[in-house]
Amino acid sequence: MRVKYRIQESFYYLLMAAYLLIIAYPLYLMVATSLKPNAEVFTNPFGPPNTLFLDNYTNMISRSNYGTYFANSLIVVSVSIFAIVVLSSLAAYVLAKHRFRGSAALYAFFVAGLIIPIKLGTISILKLMIGWGINDGLASVILVSVATGIPFGVFILTDFIRLIPEELSSAARIDGCGETAIFGRIIAPLLLPAIAAVAVVNFIPVWNDFWFPLVLLKSDAVKTVPLATALLFGQYQTNYGYVFAVLTMASVPVVIMYLLFSKWFIKGMTEGSIKG
Amino acid sequence: MKRNNGNIDRRFDRLRPWAFRAAFLLPALLVYAVILLIPIVDSMRLSLYSGSGLVPTNFVGLANYIKIFTEESFSTHVWGAFRNNVVFFLIVTLIQNVLGFFLALAVTRAVKGAAFFRKVSFLPTTLSVLVVGFLFRQMLNPIWGLLGNYPWLGNEATALPALAVAVSWQFIGESILLYAVGIDGIPSEHLEAARIDGATWFQETRHIVLPALMPIVGMVTLLIFVGDFTQFDIVYSMTTTMANPRYTTDLFGSLFYRAAFSTPVRGGWGMGMGAAVSTIMVFVVSLGVGIWYYAFKGSRKGEV
Repeated sequence: MRVKYRIQESFYYLLMAAYLLIIAYPLYLMVATSLKPNAEVFTNPFGPPNTLFLDNYTNMISRSNYGTYFANSLIVVSVSIFAIVVLSSLAAYVLAKHRFRGSAALYAFFVAGLIIPIKLGTISILKLMIGWGINDGLASVILVSVATGIPFGVFILTDFIRLIPEELSSAARIDGCGETAIFGRIIAPLLLPAIAAVAVVNFIPVWNDFWFPLVLLKSDAVKTVPLATALLFGQYQTNYGYVFAVLTMASVPVVIMYLLFSKWFIKGMTEGSIKG
Repeated sequence: MKRNNGNIDRRFDRLRPWAFRAAFLLPALLVYAVILLIPIVDSMRLSLYSGSGLVPTNFVGLANYIKIFTEESFSTHVWGAFRNNVVFFLIVTLIQNVLGFFLALAVTRAVKGAAFFRKVSFLPTTLSVLVVGFLFRQMLNPIWGLLGNYPWLGNEATALPALAVAVSWQFIGESILLYAVGIDGIPSEHLEAARIDGATWFQETRHIVLPALMPIVGMVTLLIFVGDFTQFDIVYSMTTTMANPRYTTDLFGSLFYRAAFSTPVRGGWGMGMGAAVSTIMVFVVSLGVGIWYYAFKGSRKGEV
């Protein structure tokens, strides 16, 4: 029995170690190659860099509009997350605390969006944005990101608000608070952990989105990081060190976000997919 | 004042909760409906039109669909993308579910390093598919690539599996995470009782762990299904929108992009035809969701 357990245990360890290597090696290779001059990539493709060579990064920033692309992505991600959080928590409050005819159906209507791929409406979205005159502008990508994020936001926040005891709001109601004040002064501060989960989980798909920027944005001045990644990859494909620097740069923000907030992130992810 | 205008006041009181509800609900509802839901329906409508500009304007009824299913130059692409997408989905599902399951078993053992592993295994999932695709394309390059000088992405037999492996590499962390949460949720008395009764590892896994995980297996498979049948970024980054070699890596997502947004020289079919492709995708995805709903209905009820 003991021995059998030991064998199992070592099997699992071996499996984890093998898999860890498989995850880590490509990521290591991405960062290591980005720190090598192109000539060294051919002589020393898989080892660590011989010297700390930062030219790939400085070239990327000085010779392309990388600063603009990066700033554009930051604008898209921060405005989108702000709007997702505000719109979803307002809707979630009514859905969680007010029972009226059709409220359950309305909730289901929102949550259905968790599984509907917005990509399938792209042609009509493009038509809409052209009609509003905001295609080829960051606003179009922001609107799409907000619409994509709302179902998840409403789902997580409604669930969370339902757990807040009714006595808190009824006590305030007796003291003469209106609904808006109850939401603003009592509910909203309690929502912060759930809001953090919604913000962190949305950061990643919004930052990484490539499809909608590709379809909607044409001018260089409004390009986001994924578009810049594709652009620079196409231009410098055989300059391996440079290309790997571009890939690393696109990944740094999401990796930092994940490592800093992995607890909230994992919480949001599991709730979003298992309960939904 | 209150006593004087009792009727009006009461009516106002009855209206007030509605005004408040509408003010809170409408912004989210409007953005969600106008930008996510209505465009999907409107795209289906646009599939009945044709025209050369960005917005198709001539009503042609089902002509786009007739073209797609009867003219060989269109139908080969649609059936090709469907076939490739099924193969792609099967490979990813197999790797992500089977390997993900065993790795989740490993991380849920109370062993040293399990928590760290859990955290790190999710890291690739946070990267963009575009970055992962470009990274694998570079790693598989035949000049100094990691797997020798074999043209993995240039060969018709290996290109599509290579794309599937890249996507599985990225998203297996999602399976590990969700399965591990499921395994954590199994009451430990069940496992202890089985061990006391002398159950082997296989019996324990087969009769206790797997049945408890079935709803999550269904959920993970559904996520893979919807993701894979709308996947575009991996094709763009590894084998371009032309789905090289010779369209053998073409998926619905890349076909949709090419048909709707590329110039005729690069495989464009015009917006109306593009809308028809996305409508076909709506049906394929809905069919998959429907099958999932009936297949896992029982196991989801069992969970509660």
